[in-house]
Amino acid sequence: MKTEDLVRKANQIAAFFAPYPEAEAVEGVVGHMRSFWEPRMRRQLADHIAAGGAGLSPLARKAGEKLMESA
Amino acid sequence: MGMIEQPDRGTPARESAETVSVTVDGHKVSVPKGTSVLRAASEAGIQIPKLCATDMLEAFGSCRLCLVEIDGVKGTPASCTTPAAEGMVIHTQTDRLSRLRRGVMELYISDHPLDCLTCAANGDCELQDMAGAVGLREVRYGMAGENHFDAGSAKPIDGSNPYFAFEPAKCIVCSRCVRACDEVQGTLALTVQGRGFASMISAGTTADDFFSSECVSCGACVQACPTATLIEKTVHEHGTPERMVKTTCAYCGVGCSFEAHLQGDRVVRMVPDREGGANEGHSCVKGRFAWGYATHKDRVTTPMVRERTTDPWRPVSWDEAIETVARRFQAIQAEHGGQAIGGITSSRCTNEEVYVVQKMVRAAFANNNVDTCARVCHSPTGYGLKTTFGTSAGTQNFKSVEKADVVLLIGANPTDAHPVFASRMKRRLRQGAKLIVVDPRRIDLVRTPHIEAAHHIPLRPGTNVAVMNALAHVIVAEGLVDEAFVAARCEDRDFARWRDFVAETRNSPEALAETIGVDPAILRAAARLYATGGNGAIYYGLGVTEHSQGSTMVMAMANLAMATGNLGREGVGVNPLRGQNNVQGACDMGSFPHELSGYRHVSDAATRALFEDAWGVPIGAEPGMRIPNMLAAAIDGTFRGIFIQGEDIAQSDPNTRHVTAALEAMDCVVVQDLFLNETAAYAHVFLPGTSFLEKDGTFTNAERRINRVRPVMAEATGMSEWETVCRIARAMGYDMAYDSAADIMAEIARLTPTFAGVSFARLDREGSLQWPVNDKAPNGTPVMHVDGFVRGKGRFMITEYVATEERTNRYYPLILTTGRILSQYNVGQQTLKTENRRWHETDVLDIHPFDAEERGIADGQMVSVASRKGAITLPARITERMPQGVVYTTFHHALSGTNVITTEYSDWATECPEYKVTAVQVTLSNQPSDWQVDREALGQTHFQVARDAAGREPVEAAE
Repeated sequence: MKTEDLVRKANQIAAFFAPYPEAEAVEGVVGHMRSFWEPRMRRQLADHIAAGGAGLSPLARKAGEKLMESA
Repeated sequence: MGMIEQPDRGTPARESAETVSVTVDGHKVSVPKGTSVLRAASEAGIQIPKLCATDMLEAFGSCRLCLVEIDGVKGTPASCTTPAAEGMVIHTQTDRLSRLRRGVMELYISDHPLDCLTCAANGDCELQDMAGAVGLREVRYGMAGENHFDAGSAKPIDGSNPYFAFEPAKCIVCSRCVRACDEVQGTLALTVQGRGFASMISAGTTADDFFSSECVSCGACVQACPTATLIEKTVHEHGTPERMVKTTCAYCGVGCSFEAHLQGDRVVRMVPDREGGANEGHSCVKGRFAWGYATHKDRVTTPMVRERTTDPWRPVSWDEAIETVARRFQAIQAEHGGQAIGGITSSRCTNEEVYVVQKMVRAAFANNNVDTCARVCHSPTGYGLKTTFGTSAGTQNFKSVEKADVVLLIGANPTDAHPVFASRMKRRLRQGAKLIVVDPRRIDLVRTPHIEAAHHIPLRPGTNVAVMNALAHVIVAEGLVDEAFVAARCEDRDFARWRDFVAETRNSPEALAETIGVDPAILRAAARLYATGGNGAIYYGLGVTEHSQGSTMVMAMANLAMATGNLGREGVGVNPLRGQNNVQGACDMGSFPHELSGYRHVSDAATRALFEDAWGVPIGAEPGMRIPNMLAAAIDGTFRGIFIQGEDIAQSDPNTRHVTAALEAMDCVVVQDLFLNETAAYAHVFLPGTSFLEKDGTFTNAERRINRVRPVMAEATGMSEWETVCRIARAMGYDMAYDSAADIMAEIARLTPTFAGVSFARLDREGSLQWPVNDKAPNGTPVMHVDGFVRGKGRFMITEYVATEERTNRYYPLILTTGRILSQYNVGQQTLKTENRRWHETDVLDIHPFDAEERGIADGQMVSVASRKGAITLPARITERMPQGVVYTTFHHALSGTNVITTEYSDWATECPEYKVTAVQVTLSNQPSDWQVDREALGQTHFQVARDAAGREPVEAAE
């Protein structure tokens, strides 16, 4: 998948959960990615964050980092 | 009705808590109050002669044949218009009545041709039956007087409709056709023209024939006609049918029950089943008439393989085809890993066929890379309703609309896409229920005979969530929340958060008016009506789901229904109108990559253990790939093989060039379908599929109703689709075998709690069942969430409006939205191979007069529609149905290439494509687009079939 597509998808998910208190929002995004993203998309997100995470919204980035921790 | 008779009790059933008892010819019978004497007699087993009465229509009282005598009542009242009253003593057969009835029949027959032996309705004619029933032996007036049938008087036969003919000479002007059009279909296309002896049935003005009129070819008039006046051309051609098989329509998500009337294994006609729960005897032009594709000459019935997609197809044996699939898929997995292949299930296939495909993927491919075409239609429904209510299903049965007081119709055009349900809805609206339409286009229901929407909210495409937030704001700000319902049935914390969110001024209609493009006063009035107008029922379609905020929108609707207490009883609810016949079923069967049947996530160890035990293989705990992920991975080179069951992603999925590039990048594409569709151009193996007339199985419609699909003819391919799939699995080393489709359902029921009580034997006995069917709901569940939500308490979700990234600008100033029309279905593979094609020879671009004028476009001129993704050329149609700034087209014709211009943007939660918002420019054009030129060329390369041994010509492309 093109990185720009992956980033857009991650930011879209984050935009939905953004109105919630931060801890819940992060959990929401992480839970969503864990439930619906197949592993190679999650790995690609991790790789992108490792490479600087350009374009990711703060919430998407935070969720991506949390996802990596729990992986 | 001749050899295959549907019981007709003369007038419609009445519902009443009160019953009345009457005596008919000495037999006592009790009926609900309001029941006619005619129906009461029928229920006592006594058939009173009748002509103008039928139980599909309200009593009319014109033929004077159903006269009876009632003790203490003067004269001989018509039994159809006389309500049964307590203690009535009714006599249906007396000398006086016989004389009167014979006299009536004598008059009818004196103006009716006596060509019974050569008449198409011979043996299936109520006039003929009644002449016999009343003992008519002579016509004293002779046949030479003024009449409507002799050569000098008869009006010509109107054969303009492709499916039925109208022969005025045989008409008895009983008005059943006119009333069927009014009451059952709700189109009001027919009328009685003239008075007295000159009365004639007419389909509009004198200039109109049936084809040019408002008639929508639903067949209700043909069904209602007691003579051969309106009759199917197939009956005219073949004669009366001699046997019947009950089955289910294979078109939209309404899932109408039909009787296939047959001679041997030839279908003579399809007649809607009065006992069918979804349709109760009604039909539309597709289900009733457009079934000829099943025996169309272009149908491929032999497996075919080829090395490269530019080679001609080579017809082969089933063994060779199956061995080829297995060998190629195994080779891909050996070289590129187990995750490099996957499959797509089809909502056009039965539950049993879908189940075996997802099982093949999980057990034989040994991964979770299975997805279904619901990905591109109602996947947001699943996500949104599961989050808020705990289950992804629609809440009501179709019948529920009869109790609705306010219908909130959002992003759906049921008169075109779900016509039989639309007729039920229209009937309720004619009775006085109010309608709110949320749609950029002025769809038919906004203003149609005897119906006018109380409010039309012509929102800017892409602003659904803003509309919902504005409505919710009014409901909260004006104190219209059903506090008792919310307190008892919903999570407190989530409600409080939602209430605070929607109450913010930025969510008021006034603040959002510019975004939505609609007068805030209309939004306020609509909110008040929905919240206070009685039972409020939301019905919605793909105009809700196919957006970047599709799932958010589904949650926003669920919020609105919970806030107003519009859930858990008849007449209310949140109701998805599903696109294809078995969308619900395909989703139920575990077609999504993250869940097993019954919507249980693959990460749940207990669920996995259940399947692992039953299937004897380990199941992956991680979600597999969705269709867009598969396509993206194909382009990346990591996904190399796909099994596609009954879906045409090269035509139906967005951004065609991306889809075809992905298909071209794969080593093995297997297509199982009826025809060489667009996707087959990129396939290496073609496995011929079976039409619904050959299938044995079940479909589950939009109201969760599981209906039987029964074969009326043997498989033209020689093998059922599920057997084909089982053989592939076996060839790949996984032992998958069933004795029958019933055997597959038995496994589904064993492994899926919501289907626990379902079996073919029970469906055959009871007709249909609405899931959940289990210990808690042994007879199924017409209405969900009655005493509590599936998840326990309902969960309000915050639904922030987020604009799509697809933006208009000066290069692409218009928004394109896509949809479908009444006569056609999806990619058109089925309907365009029938006479339905005559209603839609080409896709057209609907454009507002101002937008057209600005571009110098006249009606009918060819225009180029260009987006950031590509361009297509098609004719323009100027119409004020479109708002300024928005254009619309359909995607029924492959060569239109509508999805060449749609984008890769998709719903945040489910990746359902954003078909409904594409920024475009429209300009005059006199040539096909580059894509269309390329597509034409494919006919010479990708669609060729090698000449067979008999030397038959190669099959051409699908279109």
